[in-house]
Order: sequence, then C-alpha cells, then structure tokens
Amino acid sequence: MMKRLLSLICVCFILLSSFCVVACAEGEKDYSHLEGTTLNVYNWGEYISDGADDTMDVNKEFEKRYGITVNYTNYESNENMYNKLKSGGANYDVIIPSDYMIAKLVEEEMLAELDFSNIPNYKYILDKYKNLYYDPENKYTVPYTVGMVGLIYNTTMVDGEIDSWNALWDEQYKGKILMFNNPRDAFGVAQFLLGQSINTTDLKEWDLAIEKLKEQNPLVSSYVMDEVFNKMENGDAALAPYYAGDFLTMYDVNPDLAFCYPKEGVNFFVDAMCVPKNAENKEAAELYINFMCEEDVAVANANYVCYASPHTLVLESEDYDLKGDPILYPDESEMPKTQIFENLDYDTQQYMSMLWNELKIEGNSNIDAYIGLSVSLALVVIYLIYKFAKKKKRERYY
Amino acid sequence: MTKKTSIGSKLYTALVFIFLYAPIAVLIIFSFNSGKSTSVFEGFSLYWYKELFNDAATLTAFKNSMIVAVVSSVISTVMGTAAATAIFGYKNKLLKSSIMTVTNIPMMNPEIVTGISMMLLFVFVGSLFGQTGTLGFATLIIAHTTFELPYVILNVLPKLRQTDPHLAEAAQDLGCTPFQAFFKVVLPAIMPGIISGLMMAFTLSVDDFIISYFVSGTDSQTLPIRIFSMTKRRVTPDMYALSTLIFLAILVLLIVSNVVSAHGDKKLSKKGGAKK
Amino acid sequence: MNKKSSLMTKLAGAPYIVWAALFIIVPLCMVAYYAFTDTTGAFTLSNMADIGKYADTFILSIWLGLLATVICLVIAYPLAYIMAGKGPEKQSTMTMLIMLPMWMNFLLRTYSWMTILEDNGLINTLITSLGLEPLQLINTRGAVVLGMVYNFLPYMILPIYTVMLKSDRSLVEAAQDLGGNKLDVFKNVTVPLSVPGIVSGFTMVFVPSVSTFYISQKLGGTGTILIGDIIETQFQTANNFNLGASLSFVLMILIFICLAVMNRFSDDDDGGVII
Repeated sequence: MMKRLLSLICVCFILLSSFCVVACAEGEKDYSHLEGTTLNVYNWGEYISDGADDTMDVNKEFEKRYGITVNYTNYESNENMYNKLKSGGANYDVIIPSDYMIAKLVEEEMLAELDFSNIPNYKYILDKYKNLYYDPENKYTVPYTVGMVGLIYNTTMVDGEIDSWNALWDEQYKGKILMFNNPRDAFGVAQFLLGQSINTTDLKEWDLAIEKLKEQNPLVSSYVMDEVFNKMENGDAALAPYYAGDFLTMYDVNPDLAFCYPKEGVNFFVDAMCVPKNAENKEAAELYINFMCEEDVAVANANYVCYASPHTLVLESEDYDLKGDPILYPDESEMPKTQIFENLDYDTQQYMSMLWNELKIEGNSNIDAYIGLSVSLALVVIYLIYKFAKKKKRERYY
Repeated sequence: MTKKTSIGSKLYTALVFIFLYAPIAVLIIFSFNSGKSTSVFEGFSLYWYKELFNDAATLTAFKNSMIVAVVSSVISTVMGTAAATAIFGYKNKLLKSSIMTVTNIPMMNPEIVTGISMMLLFVFVGSLFGQTGTLGFATLIIAHTTFELPYVILNVLPKLRQTDPHLAEAAQDLGCTPFQAFFKVVLPAIMPGIISGLMMAFTLSVDDFIISYFVSGTDSQTLPIRIFSMTKRRVTPDMYALSTLIFLAILVLLIVSNVVSAHGDKKLSKKGGAKK
Repeated sequence: MNKKSSLMTKLAGAPYIVWAALFIIVPLCMVAYYAFTDTTGAFTLSNMADIGKYADTFILSIWLGLLATVICLVIAYPLAYIMAGKGPEKQSTMTMLIMLPMWMNFLLRTYSWMTILEDNGLINTLITSLGLEPLQLINTRGAVVLGMVYNFLPYMILPIYTVMLKSDRSLVEAAQDLGGNKLDVFKNVTVPLSVPGIVSGFTMVFVPSVSTFYISQKLGGTGTILIGDIIETQFQTANNFNLGASLSFVLMILIFICLAVMNRFSDDDDGGVII
C-alpha cells in the first residue's frame, strides 16, 4: 500500500515537473490527454464565426487543433440559457451569458472558478472590462463581446431621422414594429422612455413600465429575438430595437436600414464566457476560452459577429474590418447615455416575469372566440338533444 | 358510385393538392437560390447544398435522429408485439380494457403534455440522485419508445384477430412447444402488422419535434430540433436545401414501399391461387 | 400444456405493463405533483389559482383549434369521397400524395408559409406587382388557422377515406335501388357510415391544433398567444415548471372533455375512440 502511494506521488511529481518544463519551454501546456473528449458549448445564435462566406470556422479549427469534439448549441436569450442550466436537464462546459445573468449565476453558485493559468490570453482583455460588478474579483469570467442596444429602422418605411424610443409607440407604424422577446430588454426600453432606472426595485415603477408596454402591444407585430434578422433584412418590419452589432450584419444585406442610439439612454452590456459548476470537461472549457482569445480567432469572431470587442489585439489588428466603426466605438462626444443591467432581487424578478406573462396574453382580444365557442357549444347541445329525442321516439316504437 | 368523374371534382382535387404542395414547392425553388434571401430569387445555384454538407451540426443531428429512430422503433416493435399478443390472450375484461385505455393515453394526450410530463419525470429522478445532465440519448429513446408503442400495438392487434386461434393450438398438438408455435405459426401470420408498426414507429420518431424538444439534452439534438434552432436564427436557404433533401428522401421511400407492397400483393395472390 | 402457453403469453405483456406504468402513468402523476406544489415541493393551490388569468388564452386556443378542425373537415370530406370513388391505381397514388407532406417536418412546412405570407412575401409581392395595396396576412389569427389547417389536413383526409373505403358499397347501392335520390343516399347512408372516420380525424386534428406553439409563434404575432406558447415558455425560458405543469394539467383535462363530447357523436357502443 505504502509503496503504491509512494509511486503515485512520484508519478504525480514527474508529471507535474514535466508539465512545468513544457510550460516553461514553449509557454504552452500539453493538452493531448483531452483528445477525443467532447466539449459542450452553449452560445447565443449568430454569435461565432462559423465558416460561412469563407470566414474561419472557429469550432472546426478548435477541433482540428486539439482533437476535442465541440458540441455547439444555441440559445435565444439569457433566460432561455438559465432555464436549461437550472432545470438540471443538461450539462454545458462553456456558456456566454450577459452581465446581469452572470451576477445571478454567481449568486446562485452555479459558476465554476476559472483557472486563469489555463487562460494566458486573458491578458489581452482591456482593463476597463475587468473586475466589473458581476465579477469584482475576476474569478469566473472572460469577456467575449461588449455592446449597446439601439433602434434599427428602415429608411424607406420611416419618415425622417429617429432619435427616440418614442418611435416604437408611434401609431403610424402599427403592425410594423418588432419588440424584444425577453423581459429585461423589453422592459428596459420602456424604462428608458419613462426615465426610470432599469434596475429599479420599486414595484410601482414596474407597474408603470408594464402599462407602457401594454400600450405598445397592439402596435407590435411580434416579439422576436434572432428572427429580427430576416424580418428587417426583407423589409417586413419598419422598426426594431436590437443589439448594435447585429445592425451592422443586417446593413450588409439591406442598405436601406439605419440605426440610432435613442436619446433617452440605452443599455450597455458585456457578454462573457464562463464555465458552469457542473461542467464535465472544465479543462477543455478553459482551453476553449483561451482559444477564443487568440488573436486570429478573436479577429475572425469580431468580424463575423460585428459586436464591439474587449480584446486589445483585435482593436489594433490590421485585419479587423470594423476598426473605429462609429456605431460600435462612438467618440466621447457621440457616446449615448448608458445604463448596465444588474441582477434584480428575487421578488422583483418574480414580479417582472409575472408582468411579462401578462403582457404576452394582453393582445388576446377574445370576442370572436367567445361568440364562436358559444355558438358551437349550442350546436352540440342541440344535436345531442335531437339525438336523444330520436332515440326515445324509436324506443317507443318497439 | 358512378365511374365518370365530373369536372367539379377534378378541379376540387387539383385545388386541394395545390394547397398541399405550394409551400413545399416554394421551399424547393428557393433552395436553389444563389443569393442569401429567402424571398427574392436571384439565380440558380447549388451553393446552399454545398453549405449544408459542410454543416457539421446538421449532419450530427441527422446521425442522432437515425440512431434514436432505429433503436426506439426496434425496442417498441419487440415490446409492442409481445404486449399485443399478451393483451389478445387476456381473458380478464377489466385488465384488457384498462391496458387499452393506458395505451391510448399517449395518442390522445397533446404531445406537449407528453413531452413535459416525461421531462418532469427525468429531471425529478435526476434531482433525487443529485444528478444534473439527465437529459440525453437515453431519455430521448425512452420517450420515443413510449409514444411509438401504442401505434405498434394497434397495428399488430387487428392482425392477431384475423389469425385463426386454432392454428397455434394445432401446431402445439403436433408437438411444437408454445414458443415454437408462436414463432413458426403466429408470428408469420401477424408479420405484415409488425412491419407496418415498425415503419410507423420509425417515421414517427424521425418526424417528432415536440416531445424531443423537451427531453433531449446537449449531445442528442435530433434533426427536427436542429431545424427548430435554425428557424430561431437568421434563416438562409441551406435550411431549404435540407427540406428539399428530406422531401426527396420521403418521396423515394414512399414510392419504394408502394411498389414493394403492390408487388407483394401480387405475389401473395398468386401463391394463394396456387395453393387452392 | 395450454396452461403453460397462456402463462407465457401473460408474461409477454409484463415488460409493456411495467413500461407503461413507469413512462405513461408516472409522468402524468409528475405533472399533477408539480401542478400542486411550489418550488420547494410544498403543497399549494396557488398555481391552480393562477390559471384563471389564462382563461382567455384557453378559450382562444380551443376556438382556433375547433375552427381549424371544422375547416379541415369541410375540405377533407369531399376529397375523401372523391378518392373513395376512384380506381385502385389512382387511389394508391393519391394516398401517397397526401401522406408525403404529412411526413415532412411540420416546422419546415410552417416556416414556408411564413415566407409566403410575410409583408414582403410571395403573395404580397404578387399583389403589389399588380398595382394593388399589400395585405396584412402574417401575424393574424387567420394565418394561424391556415397554418393549422395546412399542417393537419392529411390527418383528417386519411381516416375518413379509410372508413369510406371499408364501408360496404352494397349498402349505397341498396339504398339507391330502394329509390333514394343521390342526396338522400348521401345523407342517410354515406355520412352515417363515415362517422368513425370523422371522429378519429377530429381527434387527430383538434388535439395538436389546440396545443400547438410553433404555428402561433411563427404565424401569429402578438395577438395570438395560445396556451401551448405559455406552457412552452414556462418550461423553456421562464423556469416556472409549477405553473407550466398546472396549465398542462388543465389543458389535458379540457381536451379529454372535448374528446368525450365528440365521442357522443358516434354511436355509443361503437367506440371509434376509446378514452
């Protein structure tokens, strides 16, 4: 027994020292033991360079380099992601939530602390995006993109320039307005317009915000997330609030589109890569995060995703197409008023999701359904009585 | 009924078929679009087919769909055939009718309720053992097997009713064990029912979205789930290329099965004639 | 020997009975369990009390589902009648043509309607090129009903057609010989004979229509949120399994009631559908 333990210690020591030697010599660790494993990456849709139009296929590149299979799946919204994670039905290794959701995950102890020695490329992240409120000691996150929400509109369908969220409440665009299909972003728009803090915990303020959204409901054609791409690109809707980076993607397809940061203020967000606590392949996850921060990979992603980058090498790179883009990187003077989402306390969250459910069924005006159903119910009853009477009559015959 | 068909009925039939096929035609035409748009046709190209075959996620999803369909349809066919034989043999009326009632539940129940009820079970059992990541291939196969079973049973039962119960008895009198009697006499007689049950189970499994949507995990995305996530994002014509290929595959399958069954019928009737 | 064989047949049913208990009965109990508990697992009626808020949604779902089912019936019945009168070759071709769209994934079929009905979709492009005003087609209730009818029409045609095919032709001929005119024969012989087909077609269209979420999400817009949407949201984004379970529970009961009423239409002892 003792012998075995000794030999085990020896082996560990040798392994460790060999790691050290390799690490010191090449500045890179040996990851061959991860070959053949699978990595579950759970990301937003349209949020990675995927090889379309001769761009880099980041996941394929990672698989090729490390022999790790990437199992890549998408979610629609932070809430969607949280739900999958919380229900315990599925395990993921890398997720890319936004700030307030990270704060929530940290609070509920659902994130694993990262081993930053596996993520040396972290040093390229701009200092101003480190140690933000959701991760003050920087234990859990590596920023992937940053950005702001703005208003996208189609110049052929909208008169003049738009500079206010009020346009989304304009009667003349009835049926041509799209709205966020997630509670935080949708309430955020109403709250900016009402001049509230988007992190208010005053339930009365939330009541005002829902009133505002209910007022808008009849004008909205549908609540969407990434469906917004096709609808705006094809000119099926005139106005949509969405993330600034995605506007650039749409603009490539449909140059009639325009963009503004409404004067009432907009949400500023950071989306960062994290590893959930129940990840099954944490080391590969860290490897993946590090890989995403490599210069060529980060540039490819920044070019494809079109969101602003927190990565110093990207911002300096010659290959970065969006360098100094006025929408992504506005000058100090052009900078819109911004607020960042914080995690709400439990009661406010519950209240908000209740209101959100209410909003969704708000538009169901039901007069036709009531009339239709009562008529059909009456018909059924009449038929059954008729049948019953006939049966009685027949019975009398026999 | 009169043989001559009026122009009215022909026109009506044509209209219904146009209604059924117009959207599919749109999908097929736009799959050959050279541009990115799904509503403006810019020119003919096979570009999106090439893109589709480079899309690893879709190919994996296809593979997953096939694995789940094959495994679940085989399990449900074996278990369902055994169950049908047993149910047919039960003398206890109450037992028989209560089993049939339970069997009908997955067919009557809305798929969304079946899906979430299974999801709740799996997640609940997982949480009892402190496990996360319970949803995956196993749960997907269990769920698919469950909703396929009624269809297998309902395909096999009528065939059992049609077979002469004395056949098995006769075989046993002639020295067969009950086992042999079943495999040599009953099984061949109900084979057409088993095969149609198997085929139905397979197609239902490949086509199912709603139940899979709730019980699949990270590594077990099937083709319909992949399609769902494709329509949740920015849709490019590669999805249309995928639907065209699915359409063609089903067309070929249906034609083949039609030809085979027509051929089989002929053979059967010939055989029957010879015996007489 | 006979005993042995009957014991064996009995045992053959055992795996299925166990399976059905575990994966049909227990999951339904889980729905009930979640419906009557809160997040901590304690008994509560608050989820059920919340259902009242969604009464309108339930009514809308049932109404649209019913509407779609009736339209399906109106379209399907004449077609099934026409088909049953054709020669065997034509019949098998037509059956195949009806089954083909059925096996194609319904997500794809629904999505293609979206491209057709969009404000700049095919129909509106056609209309505007003729110099007319474009129509609001998508994001209406009509679009949702259209989506349901389109998706589930084959499920109505096939059962009615099968029943018509199986029913005894000589009955129709006898009725004609007895001097019934075409309409009388149709009303008094053909229709009553096809009732079992109508009942099973009704079930196969009504149930998925009432509980759909994809069709209303893609074609319905803001005004047409159905109960399926609400349930899906509770399980996929809102993380409120308890509310979702209680909604499903009520939906299930409502649907069983509807089906039971429907069964009254077929002859009582016939039992086209067993509940």
